Formats: sequence, C-alpha cells, structure tokens
Amino acid sequence: MIWNREMETMKRSDLQALQLERLKWVVNYCYERVPYYRDKLDKARVKPDKIKTLSDIKYIPFTTKDDLRDNYPFGLFAVPMKEIVRVHASSGTTGKPTVVGYTKNDLNNWAEMVARIAYAVGANSDSIVQIAFGYGMFTGALGLHYGLEKIGATVVPTSTGNSERQLMFMRDFKTNTLVSTPSYALYLYEVAKEAGFPLDSYNLKLGLLGSEGCTPEMRDQIEKTWGMFVTDNYGLSETGGPGLSGECVERDGLHICEDFFLCEIIDPDTGEVLEPGSTGELVVTPLTKEGIPLLRYRTRDITRITYEPCRCGRTTARMDKIKGRSDDMLIIKGVNVFPSQIESVLMGIKSIGPHYQLVVRRKGYMDTLEVKVELTDGSLLDRYSEIESLHNNIKQRLKAVLGLDAKVTLVEPKSLERFQGKAKRVLDLRNQ
Amino acid sequence: MLIEQLSIFVENKKGRLAEVTGILAKHNVDIRALCIADTTDYGILRLIVDKPGVAVECLKEEGLTVSLTKVIAIAIPDTPGSLYKAVDLLAKHDIAVEYMYAFLNPKKDTAFVILRVEDNEKAIKVLTDGGVALMKSEEMYTL
Repeated sequence: MIWNREMETMKRSDLQALQLERLKWVVNYCYERVPYYRDKLDKARVKPDKIKTLSDIKYIPFTTKDDLRDNYPFGLFAVPMKEIVRVHASSGTTGKPTVVGYTKNDLNNWAEMVARIAYAVGANSDSIVQIAFGYGMFTGALGLHYGLEKIGATVVPTSTGNSERQLMFMRDFKTNTLVSTPSYALYLYEVAKEAGFPLDSYNLKLGLLGSEGCTPEMRDQIEKTWGMFVTDNYGLSETGGPGLSGECVERDGLHICEDFFLCEIIDPDTGEVLEPGSTGELVVTPLTKEGIPLLRYRTRDITRITYEPCRCGRTTARMDKIKGRSDDMLIIKGVNVFPSQIESVLMGIKSIGPHYQLVVRRKGYMDTLEVKVELTDGSLLDRYSEIESLHNNIKQRLKAVLGLDAKVTLVEPKSLERFQGKAKRVLDLRNQ
Repeated sequence: MLIEQLSIFVENKKGRLAEVTGILAKHNVDIRALCIADTTDYGILRLIVDKPGVAVECLKEEGLTVSLTKVIAIAIPDTPGSLYKAVDLLAKHDIAVEYMYAFLNPKKDTAFVILRVEDNEKAIKVLTDGGVALMKSEEMYTL
C-alpha cells in the first residue's frame, strides 16, 4: 500500500540530498521574491549561499503565525495573484485567520501528499469516502477531496452538519470511509444509535480522522463504536493543509512527506534545535511551495520525530501523534497541562461517556480546573457510594497524571456540547 | 414482594426536574412515591411509578441515565413506634438500610415505607416473621 514507491522508500542519503537541493531552492526563492524574508535574512546576516548542508538551516530565523497575520492577507505571497489559483484561510482556532495561496503546482503537490497518506491506510479506488469536514476556507475538506480523487476513490462531499442526512447517505451509498474530526465521528455514532436503523446498515471500515488531536484512548473508543480502523493524519493550513504526515497501517507514528517538508524539533523556549528523538516543538520548512513559501515555520505543536525505518517499508521519518499544541497548553497553578493528558485519563474510565469539557477559573490568586464528564452508567445510581467512588477514581487518576487537584463534575448524558468541526473543549475563564 | 424503583441521575439545574417529570407525564406514567437526595452538583431522583418498564424506556430514549432497582415496601400502622419496630427488627438481624423514604395513606391510617437493603430475601423473611406487612408490587402500583 505504497502510493509513490520512489519517494516513500528512497534511501535516506538520496532523500537528504534531494532535501538539501530543495532547501537551497526555497531559501533563494524567498530571498529573491518576498521582501519580508529578504529583510529578515539580511538582518540575520544570512545570504542564501550560506546554506551548504541541511543543518545550516539553523541560521535561518523562524517564521511564526504572527508574521503571517502581520502580512495579512497576501504580503508573504511569492507570486503575482494571476498565478494563484486557490486561496484558503486557517480555521482561526486562535485569533485572526491566516491566508495561504496555492499555485497550480502547489495544488498538484498537495493532492500527491494526501494521496500517499490516504493510500497508506488502505484507501483506494474501491473506497467510497464521505468527507464530513466543512468545505470552504478551511483546508481540510478540499485537501482530502483532491487527494482521494487522485487515488480514484469515490468522493461524497457531504461537508459538516445535518447529521441525519449524513447518515442516510452513509447507509444508502454504502460509504466505507469517513473523513471527519474524531469528535464528530463520535457524535455521529450517537445520532446513528437514535436514527432507528440497525448499526449493521452502516458499512464504515476506515476513518481518516484529523484536524484536531486524538489520543490513542479516544481512537480506541471510536473504533469500538463504529467498528472501523481509525487513522490519524496531520497538517496545518500554513504549511498547506493536511498531508504533511499521516499514519500507515502499522500506526506507529505519522510518516512525513519528507520530499515536500523539512522538519525539525526545537526547544520551544530557547529555539534551539534538539537531538533526534527528543520531544519538542515541530518546525516545518515546506520545500516546494510556490504560492506562499515559508522558512522554519513554528507550528506550536509538540511531538517527537524518529528516523528509524518503519515495518511498512517506508524510509521516511515519522512523527508521534501531536502531544498538544503549545498554544493549547494550560498553565494551572504553575503546572503545565495538556488537554490530551486529561483525555487519555478519561477515556480509560468506564461508566462515563467520551465527551468532556475543561473549565479553568481563577479564584483570587488560585487557579482551579474543573473537568466535566457525562455519567452514562445507570447501574451506579443505586448507591451513592458507587458514584462517589467513580468520582474519586477520576480525581485520583487525574492527580496522578497532572499532579494537581481537579474538581470533577458528573453531568447528564448529552449535556456537554458536541462539535462538528474542531472541538473546543477548554473554557478558560481566567481573564474574564 | 419486591417493587421496582427507578433511579434517575439529575443535574442540579433549574427546570431539570420539570423536564424529567414532563417526560413521564407525556407517557402517562403515574408517580406513586418519590424522593430526591442531592449533592452540590447533582441529585438522584428515586421514583415508584405505576409502569416502571414504560418509564425507564421513555427516560432512556430522552438520553437520561436511569436504572431499575428492586426495593421492599412495608405497610405499618400510622402510630408512634411502628417504624421503630420495623427498623429495630432489621437492626437486630444485622440488616443494613441503604436508604428509605416513607409516605402516608390517610384513608387507611397506614404509612408506607420504601426500604433499600443489602439482602432483600433476608429482610423479607425477618419482617414477615416479625409481623410487618409487606406490599406486593401490584398493590403499590395501583395504590
């Protein structure tokens, strides 16, 4: 199940040579075409010819989301608008949207990356794929769309919303592959249970879930409910959308499309490049982008990269599932807390549902964390002591993982908000 | 001799009780007895109704967390000392009461007490042997 054998199983030394050639190209391209980069490189006293090896990338200053915002909308584009054939904008999870533009070559390359990651988990021309990502400015839906068409899959572009209709198509078209966020896949299952059709009238076998984090525990939960094979893929709109990396069937890390991206792991505080195998912030330099090239883009996502060959036969580097976005990281009473850590704990506990909400408040100078979960197991209701022990169990496990006391609140099933796009599970009320 | 009791998980939110009882009303379920125990965040509503099966079904359909438990109902004279006699019997036989609630039947000078104990069979025997009248489920549902 390797779509592009040449690129995905290339000898590492050949791959590095290709990356170096492309890195030199992109640095030069930015310097020549984008005044913003020229200034930045001049200030840092880096001329493009300073790049002689891959590790020389460390001399280049980082690019951040703020740089994109400051140059809103097209300030960092490297080609005139007549060469731009598509524009997307970030979903704006954190603030004002950032705009990206694609040339024809960019779109072709994008489809190629997505084709690889979809093919790697078993999607092919027999797949009937329902894309339940919102179509529009968001890169997710159209990104997956063209990549899946490229491998010959039948694409059903349902977009988000209208879950009943979504499920009708799923039954009638015998949809076997779902593209959505993990939380929407869970929500659809709740709706399906109530829609009155037996669950075997659905034919889902594969889920390409993305656009928000998904812990292995949550993945297991989705697999158990739908009975499908769930896979993770990664990308962010600034680097071109989904397709930067994706799991193969081994699900032992996400293979990076390294002929298109040079990835580094840095210390988010010092900016220093870390040793291979270390956990830190992912920094991405797209190697072929013409519309809006980027140099050392700081993703704010925390992960680890391994260069060991994978059992699947690919030689490309693999990154771990995203541990958290450094923007998502909460600092509560001085303790770093990733929502994904909490999710892992909650998914391992029976008697509660998979949905949750985190509420952070400040009382005086004290931060408090409240974790709301839905009680779904009626058998505990007979005795308070059983609810109490569930309650204490959740509290203790959270304490063990986070090192701080959280208030645990049990709420009724379906009372927490469900999300069709990216789930917003954290409610931080401290600055209000 | 055992009676089906519903336990419903209810968040402490305005209007929640109205919603739950509204669902029961819509399905024509008649409530015979009820009690609520609450904590800061949630409460457990316990109900004896005329159609426990229907009640569980319709509440679950609305997404509520519900369970059915078998409890005992005794009928005792509405006079001082009657409850003491019954509860004392249980205590002497080492039967712990998890929770209980009571209501009056003014027509008959009788009080009914719903009891949740650890060992139903043993409690029934002790109470019957001690001369305490137990209610049958049909009696309870059609009260």
